[in-house]
Amino acid sequence: MTEASTARVYGLHAAVVAVLFALNFLLPDYHHGLFARILVLATFAMGYNLLFGYAGLLSLGHAMFFAAGLYGSGLAITYLGFGVPAAFIAGLVCGALLALVVGLLALRTSGVAFMIVTMMFAQALLLTIVYFNQWTGGDQGLVLQQASRIVTIGNASVDLTVPTVRYVAALVLFAVVLFATLAIVRSRFGRVLVAIRENEERTRMLGYDTFANKLAAIVLSGVFCAAAGAAYALLFGYVGSNFASVQYSILPLLWVLAGGAATTLGPLIGTLFIYYVTDIASSYTSAWLLIVGVALILLVLFAPKGILGAVRKRWIRWLP
Amino acid sequence: MAFGPHLLLATLEGLVTAAVLALTALGLSLVFGVMRIVNVAHGEFFMLGAVLAWAVATALGTHPALGFVAALIVAPLVVGSVALLSERLVLRRLNYDPEATIVATIGLLYIIQQLALSFYGPEARPVTPPFSYRVLLPWFGYSGYKLSVIAASALLLIATWLVLTRTKIGLVMRATQYDREMAQAFAIPVERVYAGVFALGAMLAATAAVLIVPISQAHYLMGQDPLLLSFIVVIIGGLGSLRGTVVAALLIGLSDGIISMFFSPTLAKLIATLAVAMVLVFRPQGLFGTTAR
Amino acid sequence: MTGRFFDLTNGKASRRTILKGLAAGAGLAAAPGFVRYAQAQSSAPMRIGFQAHRTGIGAAYGRWYERTTAAAVKAINAAGGINGRPIEVVIEDDGTDAARGAEVVAKLATQHKVDIVYGTLFSNVVVGSAPTAGELKIPYYVVSEGYHVASGKLNRYVFQPGITDVRAQVTSVAPWIAANAGKKITMIFPDYAFGYDHRDYLPPALQKAGAEVVAKIAIPPTESSFTKYFPQIPSDTDAIYHVMVGPAVLTFVKELGDFYGSSGPKLFGFIDSLEAVDINSPGLEYLDGSHFWEGSPRYAQADDTEAQKAYRAAVDIDDNGAAVADAKDVSTAAHMFGCWETLYVIKKAMEDAGYKGPEDRAKLVEATEALTEFAEGPEHPQGKKVFNGKIHQCFGTQNISKLEGGKLKVVHKTAIEDGMYEPEADYTKQSL
Repeated sequence: MTEASTARVYGLHAAVVAVLFALNFLLPDYHHGLFARILVLATFAMGYNLLFGYAGLLSLGHAMFFAAGLYGSGLAITYLGFGVPAAFIAGLVCGALLALVVGLLALRTSGVAFMIVTMMFAQALLLTIVYFNQWTGGDQGLVLQQASRIVTIGNASVDLTVPTVRYVAALVLFAVVLFATLAIVRSRFGRVLVAIRENEERTRMLGYDTFANKLAAIVLSGVFCAAAGAAYALLFGYVGSNFASVQYSILPLLWVLAGGAATTLGPLIGTLFIYYVTDIASSYTSAWLLIVGVALILLVLFAPKGILGAVRKRWIRWLP
Repeated sequence: MAFGPHLLLATLEGLVTAAVLALTALGLSLVFGVMRIVNVAHGEFFMLGAVLAWAVATALGTHPALGFVAALIVAPLVVGSVALLSERLVLRRLNYDPEATIVATIGLLYIIQQLALSFYGPEARPVTPPFSYRVLLPWFGYSGYKLSVIAASALLLIATWLVLTRTKIGLVMRATQYDREMAQAFAIPVERVYAGVFALGAMLAATAAVLIVPISQAHYLMGQDPLLLSFIVVIIGGLGSLRGTVVAALLIGLSDGIISMFFSPTLAKLIATLAVAMVLVFRPQGLFGTTAR
Repeated sequence: MTGRFFDLTNGKASRRTILKGLAAGAGLAAAPGFVRYAQAQSSAPMRIGFQAHRTGIGAAYGRWYERTTAAAVKAINAAGGINGRPIEVVIEDDGTDAARGAEVVAKLATQHKVDIVYGTLFSNVVVGSAPTAGELKIPYYVVSEGYHVASGKLNRYVFQPGITDVRAQVTSVAPWIAANAGKKITMIFPDYAFGYDHRDYLPPALQKAGAEVVAKIAIPPTESSFTKYFPQIPSDTDAIYHVMVGPAVLTFVKELGDFYGSSGPKLFGFIDSLEAVDINSPGLEYLDGSHFWEGSPRYAQADDTEAQKAYRAAVDIDDNGAAVADAKDVSTAAHMFGCWETLYVIKKAMEDAGYKGPEDRAKLVEATEALTEFAEGPEHPQGKKVFNGKIHQCFGTQNISKLEGGKLKVVHKTAIEDGMYEPEADYTKQSL
């Protein structure tokens, strides 16, 4: 990598974050709120992309990591009286531990078996949440009261329920994970992951511990997804078991594939695309699912590698 | 209820679950095994089969048995055509790229679901069983139709096995599954095999749905569980192994039934899920799979 | 712009709507930028945002909620609207999903600029949407029957003034169950949503009435066969109390019939299971002679009031509680009356508050909290209600009906007081 290309890549990502920051002041109310959600969910998708796009491990159970963050922070606030920062960290810790355990077990498998094992672990977590509904509220979930979502640092207090604060908080999370992803994929570790994706056998022959690298990828991916989950709970005040359902395992896969797997900005583009197709379609017809379905099929027919995958192939070859 | 009868009931229930599961999973196993694609819309083909069964039975309005037999013929044919059409229009153009196929079949899932909601409606609707006979045991009664589902499913499984192992079609399919390029070199029309397999997989799902619909009604969201369970069965059994698919269906069906004897329902589901996941953790290639390629 | 506003046909999208939507959707997806919506003008209609379950598991209920809402709005507008302003309803589909529900509340409030949001049924959507309604300070009137509003877990902007909550429902029917169905009760309920309200509040109410719950069988989500759980029903059970929602209910009843034959315990159920389902469907024969709770009777009764008759005519249901146009299209009569009544409560509160626009939302909340009673009549055809402004919840009479000869006949009506409980919260203490 030359210096120029490094500057160009970081410049592009910084510009994207700057545009998103400017949108904080420009977006109409509704889209402002929606963007805050999309930024958090795009973070979830970036966590997924790290494992799926770069390391080539297709998981159908990532809802469990999002839910670990969501419940880790939500339950800590509700029952342990944690403040916002401590609750956020609790969410991260839950995500990391879960990812470590799941990784140690699931990495004994690969390919389709990995996909099914992760799906079943996620299903087990969903059932656990339902089983302990006296504490978790089951599918109805829990509401985090507004008062518990205010960060007090010294004399200053930051209210996460204020739209601008929420937007900026979501953007900070998004930017941190975006640059972390960028740094990872440009690092030696990132290149080993890609090598594992392309040919695991050969990578092992070259002397790399593929198991340890994959485990590290799962844990990092789990932590990013848990960060998104914890942020979702803290910013939007709701924790519910639906976020642990298989639907929320398929969605990040869909967002990543639509935006372009193994592209750093693909998860954001994909999440935006799916959200806005849904939102616009549903304001025109009650049969909006049909339109979303057709849009997805058209998308893959014209861009089988996702939006940014197509852009990279045809126009901007240096896109990371 | 005493332990013995309770165990008998749990076993019967497990067998019914296994029978239906094996049939649904068989369709997915063919698609998954031969074409190497994850068909997320497989559950929707199942749902479509159930919905069509209701439509056919209602349109005929004659004796339940007649309507049921008609549904057993019409529903798989219609579903098979839908699958064939989507294979030609979409999957082939994607060149069966595994990732693009996932997105495309999610799109297909949305489309089929919306059409079912718009034209069939959000209600759950029952189909009258072809016959209703209650088997009276000393401890409890049991649905005769359910027992017949086990038998019907077994027959269909045997028929499929014969087709796969004893006919030229089966040979061609197995050859394509084993090595696509080699099959092509031997002048096997791989594209036509793929189209046929995709349609056949959908038809098996639809057939399973027609068998089930007199027990559990048709509903436009009924596709998700069969989809997930089929995936699990196919992988646990070992990709491409018909025997494995059947054994895995039995394992999952029976463990679901028997574990539910000892725990509260949600806890039983939780334990059964973890137990089955562990099977795969310690036997990654599945019960009857060869080592992963 | 079909679909955004009322589609009075039947909720089914015609091929034309789909094609039209397709064309528009494709055009919009291609064009960058946002859709602009016209701002509400000061002389414009009252805009009521309707969070509807058009897709997802709640769609069967959602369809009838839409129809009832359309009928009530038509009646209110024909009589001069609210403060002389007509009502305009803006519908957004929440897909019966909690996360989408919150987005829909925000969309209705900030993009469609509605005055209030209304109409949600499924409790997970209510709980998921409540924080957003509270943050946007927009009054949110739900028709959900969950105990979530009265529990105090939500916030000052959430109201349930048109339908009694489950806690009150089960408390008021418990004495009848103890007296008529038996002393040993086994509960079978979903391990989700309102199942918890039944699990938590029926046992103490039964105990007070001298009966006891001998087993609680919670059915996990998406379960589709039940026989394997039946051995857990203790053999000395006098009556099974069942409440299930979702498409599997027919299986449940059929399997219960296969299991017990004619010798089983008595049955008492919540009609929730069978809303939008024809009670004469094949397989439901086993329910004959059993009893059900109904919020509002599905079948026309001999002693129906004039108001009840007028309401049934307005929402277009026949004497069997099915759509007049299609006898197979069975309504969700036991719940949907709540939409009708809630809209009249909104009208009353808006008029009391002298509501002019979004700047009066706080006044509207206070005016709603000040309400105490709704008299039986055309605006409240289900019956008289008592409203508790502190917990934002109303209380009404409940019906217990017997299924006989393919029809449900009301055999007992509870008194409003039967369901009252000690309030556990006071929303009026929260700031506005």
